[in-house]
Amino acid sequence: MHIPEQRGPVSAALLALLAGQPVENGSALTELQVLASAQLDQTADVIEDEDLQLALFCLYELHYGGLDGVDDGWEWIPGLIAVRRLLEQSFEKALRTAARAAVPEVPPVAAGGSVSDGVATVLFALAAADTGPSLSKHVAKKASVGQLREFLIHKSTYQLKEADPHTWAIPRLSGRAKAALVEIQADEYGGGRADRMHSALFARTMRALGLDDRYGAYVDAVPAIALASVNMMSLFGLNRRLRGAICGHLAIYEMTSSRPNQLYGNGFRRHNFDAAATAYFDEHVEADAVHEQIAGRDLAGGLVEAEPDLLSDVLFGATAAVAVDSRLTLRILEAWENGRTSLRTGLPAAA
Amino acid sequence: MTTHQEGHVNQEPAEGTIVVCPDGPLLVRGHFEIVTPAGEPVPRQRRTVALCRCGASAIKPYCDGTHKLIKFRTDPAAPADPAPADPGP
Repeated sequence: MHIPEQRGPVSAALLALLAGQPVENGSALTELQVLASAQLDQTADVIEDEDLQLALFCLYELHYGGLDGVDDGWEWIPGLIAVRRLLEQSFEKALRTAARAAVPEVPPVAAGGSVSDGVATVLFALAAADTGPSLSKHVAKKASVGQLREFLIHKSTYQLKEADPHTWAIPRLSGRAKAALVEIQADEYGGGRADRMHSALFARTMRALGLDDRYGAYVDAVPAIALASVNMMSLFGLNRRLRGAICGHLAIYEMTSSRPNQLYGNGFRRHNFDAAATAYFDEHVEADAVHEQIAGRDLAGGLVEAEPDLLSDVLFGATAAVAVDSRLTLRILEAWENGRTSLRTGLPAAA
Repeated sequence: MTTHQEGHVNQEPAEGTIVVCPDGPLLVRGHFEIVTPAGEPVPRQRRTVALCRCGASAIKPYCDGTHKLIKFRTDPAAPADPAPADPGP
């Protein structure tokens, strides 16, 4: 993706560093670590810190599609990984606190039945209990075309690489959980048809609304909380230690998807957008009704069956997703209700 | 050398399986066709499908998750042999 605008001292120093050739060590790397530590010490909330979330987003992007003009050799430079770990430690701690605050009491897994059924039941209960303000209802009934564009822009940071963060987990799983994840991901990636990849369907929706569908085209427009939502998945996906969390995250995403996507599609149909524009949402109504069963029982349930100690991380992944995404929803709805844009910056004129 | 689950000794896995999801759809996996009474194929976008069991889906024969909204229940939850309560660590 293109190089984003810096949002403070840490992202500025990182982007300046990445503009040069990879170095194993040096004063610039040390300086970046010092800046990151200082910013972490004084930030009020790492989850909504624009500078830190953008820096983390760029560091993760080195493991995905990369940054335009940045040497691929930076990906595994130890000093840069050290900065990433520094940011990740605070971010994970904040996510655990936010997850506990959002869902103070998680129902226990029922004794007696099969473990995988019990885990699925708990996750379905968490999904059903997520009754915060609804973005999908607003999109279905009230959103203007401009707000539909904003909605797509917030989502694009993930949806244009949909499924990628969870794919990191495949080699970290085995048996039933692995087969389940591969089955879901095969569907996410279009079952062998590039034009049916969920990311490709989303790109089609963006084009239908006159938006730029290149990955990261609007990264400068989205707030820290939208970046945090994607960074959370990368954190869970790229750390083997957190394989429970990435499975719980995927399960809760699938379980909170079918109905909202039906409503999102209705919002676009209300403005007379055609089936090509709504194919992304229509696909998710059907696909995620399949995926939620597999993700709950075979992926998350199968993982806990094989590794019982991972139950708490499965639930952490699920509840952290609820916590972060409800904050993003609140931000968007609050802006719209006050007649403001929910984006950091106005839409680039090129859109 | 393969191991077999109890009850499945010397039995190859079936060509297709139907998972009866508690309070949810029928998950159909493997080799199968979905056809109309006249034998025409029903449009299908994926290998594994979830078939509506509650009757409330808007995209029948497929599931759209509506069973959750109407609180559809399949079997009454009555485990035949409940495990003793976990005494805890």
